[in-house]
Amino acid sequence: MGPRSVIRHRYDAVIVGAGGAGLIAALEASKRCRVAVVSKLHPSRSHTGTAQGGIGAALGNLETDNWQWHMFDTIKGSDYLADQDAVELMCQEAIEVVYDLEHMGLPFNRTPEGKIDQRRFGGHTKEFGKAPVRRSCYAADRTGHMILQTLYQQCIKQEVTFFDEFYLLDVLIQDGRCSGVVAWCIATGELHLFHAKAVLLATGGFGRMFSVTSNAHTLTGDGCAVLFQRGLPLEDMEFFQFHPTGIYKLGILITEGARGEGGILLNGKGERFMQRYAPTLMDLAPRDMISRAIYREIREGKGIEGKDYVYLDLTQLDPEIVEKKLPDITDFVRTYLGVDPIKNPIPVQPTAHYAMGGIPTNVHAQVVIDERQTPLSGLYAAGECACVSVHGANRLGTNSLVDIVVFGRRGGRSMAERLHALDWPTLPEDAVARTQETISHLCESRGEESVARIRTDLQQMMMLHVSVYRTERGLKEALAAILDLRDRYRRVSLQDRGLRFNTELQEALELGCLLDLAWVTTIAALSRTESRGAHFREDYPARDDVRWLKHSLANLREGEIVLSEKPVTISRFQPQERKY
Amino acid sequence: MQVRVKIRRFNPEQDAQAHWREYTLTAEPSDRVLDLLHQVKWYRDGTLTFRRSCAHGICGSDAMTINGRNRLACKALVKDLKQPITIEPMRGFPVVKDMVVDMTGFWEKYRSVKPYLISAEPLPAKERLQSPCERERYDDTTKCILCGACTTSCPSFWANAQYLGPAAIVQAHRFLFDSRDRGAKERLDVLNASSGVWRCRTIFNCTDACPKGIRVTQAIGQVKQWLAKVRLSRRKSVSKTVLSDS
Repeated sequence: MGPRSVIRHRYDAVIVGAGGAGLIAALEASKRCRVAVVSKLHPSRSHTGTAQGGIGAALGNLETDNWQWHMFDTIKGSDYLADQDAVELMCQEAIEVVYDLEHMGLPFNRTPEGKIDQRRFGGHTKEFGKAPVRRSCYAADRTGHMILQTLYQQCIKQEVTFFDEFYLLDVLIQDGRCSGVVAWCIATGELHLFHAKAVLLATGGFGRMFSVTSNAHTLTGDGCAVLFQRGLPLEDMEFFQFHPTGIYKLGILITEGARGEGGILLNGKGERFMQRYAPTLMDLAPRDMISRAIYREIREGKGIEGKDYVYLDLTQLDPEIVEKKLPDITDFVRTYLGVDPIKNPIPVQPTAHYAMGGIPTNVHAQVVIDERQTPLSGLYAAGECACVSVHGANRLGTNSLVDIVVFGRRGGRSMAERLHALDWPTLPEDAVARTQETISHLCESRGEESVARIRTDLQQMMMLHVSVYRTERGLKEALAAILDLRDRYRRVSLQDRGLRFNTELQEALELGCLLDLAWVTTIAALSRTESRGAHFREDYPARDDVRWLKHSLANLREGEIVLSEKPVTISRFQPQERKY
Repeated sequence: MQVRVKIRRFNPEQDAQAHWREYTLTAEPSDRVLDLLHQVKWYRDGTLTFRRSCAHGICGSDAMTINGRNRLACKALVKDLKQPITIEPMRGFPVVKDMVVDMTGFWEKYRSVKPYLISAEPLPAKERLQSPCERERYDDTTKCILCGACTTSCPSFWANAQYLGPAAIVQAHRFLFDSRDRGAKERLDVLNASSGVWRCRTIFNCTDACPKGIRVTQAIGQVKQWLAKVRLSRRKSVSKTVLSDS
């Protein structure tokens, strides 16, 4: 097949990804300049829609709360790896952003007085850790769906330009400046070259590198991987969150809100085991701790019937609360397990959920390229693909939604404000050459390897050695396997060599991204010889602030990964032992 | 267990017209139809094409016709389906490739009802108040995931592709019944037009098809009642004007 036709566009700003971060950035930026949103899914299909339990903001609608407590909880939850200046901004702005969402029409649940209702959530406390607090603003257990719908509705109102089902292939960077992106129209197979003064990536996470995950099939970290291939750093990639309550085997998320409403975890002996691990917050301890506790119970033979799962028990809750406030998860459990959560406990196991690491950015969502926080002109990132870092080593529940709206909005604003001072960047002469080559290699290869087999092998290896518990031995084994899989990937061949809606080609490209990101994750995990937040090394079980109170940066240099470090910003809260 | 699947295939680059292909697969009773499609795509025929993302009924990508009924492939389980399981694209949209349909017209109709909150009233510093009871009135229609299962199961839509269709009306309902919205007037003409809500013949296919359990027909009925009231009050005000003129 010869080179594909190339269609050219010119926009002041291009946003890649149409989840919560991309859409709110588009709303902000398109008030001031010409914006195009390029997304591999139709916007309403984005993964923001699957967020369930709520968005954290210290509104204090039901009990006293303030954003400093939210800030403290986020930093403590992050195991002190979050940058405190960024967390401070996020927790302050969370409040106005939630009101903004309400003003846009978001249908929050309401208190009897008509205010936004709030519920408890893991790791969110009053008075710096004394007791749980009602901070999560929610709409039943479909808060993410409502945020996504509301933001998309506002984009329609504002007549934002969308390129739906366009897959990101390249971000053009030359002489320290970003000049646009190359994307592939899935429906027609044509290449599109977007020339732009500024680009914002909001491409989401990459949980699909694990076999049990709450993440959509499409969460393959395309934006992170493209920048990594372009030689830009990725930050804190060793930190990947496992949510404690995924539906057994399927990994589908059961919101922490279920425990916020009073649900409890039980082991095979019927014990409420979290009492032993986190005496104050118990079932509302942060996710990293609960996931580890579940793994430990299972290892000690205290899983249900000795197997690899425990129970999430909602049977003691008022059935009306379950039906009204947790309708979607009730439906999932009934549909996929044939279990009625009102009458029977739900089999759950930890599920790969959220990438704390990603593209390093500053608080204006500008992509920064070194330990001195030097921004790369014209390039921005926000949402799960970015690492500000507000989540550090472990994200608190509800803070992903806070992150996307706060930093998506900041990104959209700062991008539009800075545009006018910028000239049009020059496009590289061979702007699409690299992309043409990648695609024709995949389409013409006659190798014997299949995308599905390599992907399955990768996911199982990552689950076995790079998930909740890690050891040097296991990580080295994983690393060797990943290098072997990367080798096999070069011999992948496709059956679909057509131009129209070639999702087999898309899956192959996505697998390439996953292989890169799994490689970085494993290398970074191997290097960090301590345990912090979601990164737990059995051979180094303690946190080591002297050596490791630092962010990691990973760069691709001549085919190898080079690691370096970046200081953590500590402003108000000195690291302490993390107990709940 | 062994599962027989019949899939309606169409590749525009190869086929003059659509045809059925049959596959026998090994699956668990609890497997989703989406798992079957993946099994074919990943291990038998990489050209099989369908949209999917979240795989648990939230993103709305994988609506298709399964054993003659519109469902999400990720919410239809093998154990609940008669064999051979027939899988075909939703009816009424142009087929792009296999299960992938062109939803351009669907999105145009969605946009035509102005699916966003309309209000020029000054905003308070905090949230606007809305009672739980007011919130409840439009709760059902906020669940819509825009999958298209309702619209493409509707005989009125099959008969006339100009019809707005249930999904767009559900979206209109979500705002018409929201106590904060002031956009009723702006949506009236499109809903009241000949291609609007009156084409609904209360057949209930949409309600049957909805993977989120939205009472679609009831919502359409409420929009009709609202329109009828508006028409009536208009007629009254017109006759009043006539009287005062004479």
